[in-house]
Amino acid sequence: MNIDAISNGIVIDHIPAGVGMKLYELLQLDALDCSVAIIKNAHSRKDGKKDIIKIDGDIPLNLELIGYFAPNAKINFIKNGNLMEKRAVGLPKLLTNVIKCKNPRCITTVEQELDQVFRLTDPENGVYRCIYCETKAN
Amino acid sequence: MRSVIDILDLSVAELDGLIATACDIIAHPDDYSERCRRKKLATLFFEPSTRTRLSFEAAMLELGGSVIGFSSANSSSAAKGESVADTAKVISCYADIIAMRHPKEGAALVAAQNASIPVINAGDGGHCHPTQTLADLLTIYREKGRFDGLTVGLCGDLKFGRTVHSLINAMTRYSNVRFVLISPEELRLPGYVKHDALEKTGTAYQETTGLEEAMPALDILYMTRIQQERFADMDEYLRLKDSYVLTPEKLLTAKKDLCILHPLPRVNEISVKVDDDPRACYFKQVLNGKYMRMALILKLLEEAKV
Repeated sequence: MNIDAISNGIVIDHIPAGVGMKLYELLQLDALDCSVAIIKNAHSRKDGKKDIIKIDGDIPLNLELIGYFAPNAKINFIKNGNLMEKRAVGLPKLLTNVIKCKNPRCITTVEQELDQVFRLTDPENGVYRCIYCETKAN
Repeated sequence: MRSVIDILDLSVAELDGLIATACDIIAHPDDYSERCRRKKLATLFFEPSTRTRLSFEAAMLELGGSVIGFSSANSSSAAKGESVADTAKVISCYADIIAMRHPKEGAALVAAQNASIPVINAGDGGHCHPTQTLADLLTIYREKGRFDGLTVGLCGDLKFGRTVHSLINAMTRYSNVRFVLISPEELRLPGYVKHDALEKTGTAYQETTGLEEAMPALDILYMTRIQQERFADMDEYLRLKDSYVLTPEKLLTAKKDLCILHPLPRVNEISVKVDDDPRACYFKQVLNGKYMRMALILKLLEEAKV
């Protein structure tokens, strides 16, 4: 399968297989005018298969969101056909407005203008807790 | 601006400092009677809690300060739909420090993020109630003279009891404290508290359903109420509510210097016949709560000056 190389843009590589479409939706890439390619189930030496997103344009990305759903992803920034930077994402320490607290007793359920903020409390096990009520994110 | 939302917002050194201040207040009350002159405490109680509110108010009055506030959401702007954030900003214009009780978890943090004066969490739903833990700690210190090396029995509702979780968090920071967790199977300490507070800190603990078998080893017995409001299923509440009732007979095997605590209010989990036992410390705990609130108000107002 051939997909054109990008001259100026971003490649999000090493997305867990099956998560690419979710990231596409959450990052609202459908709203972009530029070309965007999602490659599902590409061969990965490390994991067997992976998803890849190629964006033919230099746009700001929500790294917290990518880090939460694809902590092992690598983001490649391409300029004039050259790889300018390769950035590992990892689990972000704070997540703002990426996920919602499910605790019905949390203040965020009644004051909906509040940001939904989660803190990484157990990096080993990837556990996030709501900063307001400390409920674990699902 | 420094606020206290969770007991873990205070370091061990700060806890020790608050205890020292509280003991000094007890020894020399006159020295403190004007310390908060011209300062105002706002008690923002979005749900009723007579004891906690009066404790804060008594604490401020004994420091020579004054008190403004409300005692239910119906008598506040919350009834008109005002957010906690806006209430905190408005009250910051009137008062020097806030004590806030709210039924929603995390409400005190929202207030602290928006206020320009210190906020003390006086209970946010089932989440945190740090000044209750301060009361517990001062009582233990005054009765035992130490925290290190104590065996602490926690009995009753360990699943929903926020005072239990806070006390565990506070006491695991001292050396060689051991916990005996006494509860029905259904109301055991949640796994995350065991993992985060006990196992991660290497604190020794054992779980049991039997109060009598645990009794002889205990230095502290912390009784809790089985809280009806936490149960969706009334039948389950009725089945569990009388799981543990402390009576003089059950204390026969207890240590002579056992210290019996309860955050109050009690229903029937401690027989009134125990009240006259010198080991019953739960009313002293109420008084100690006022002294620790005085110490905390003083500390936060001092820090706010800087």
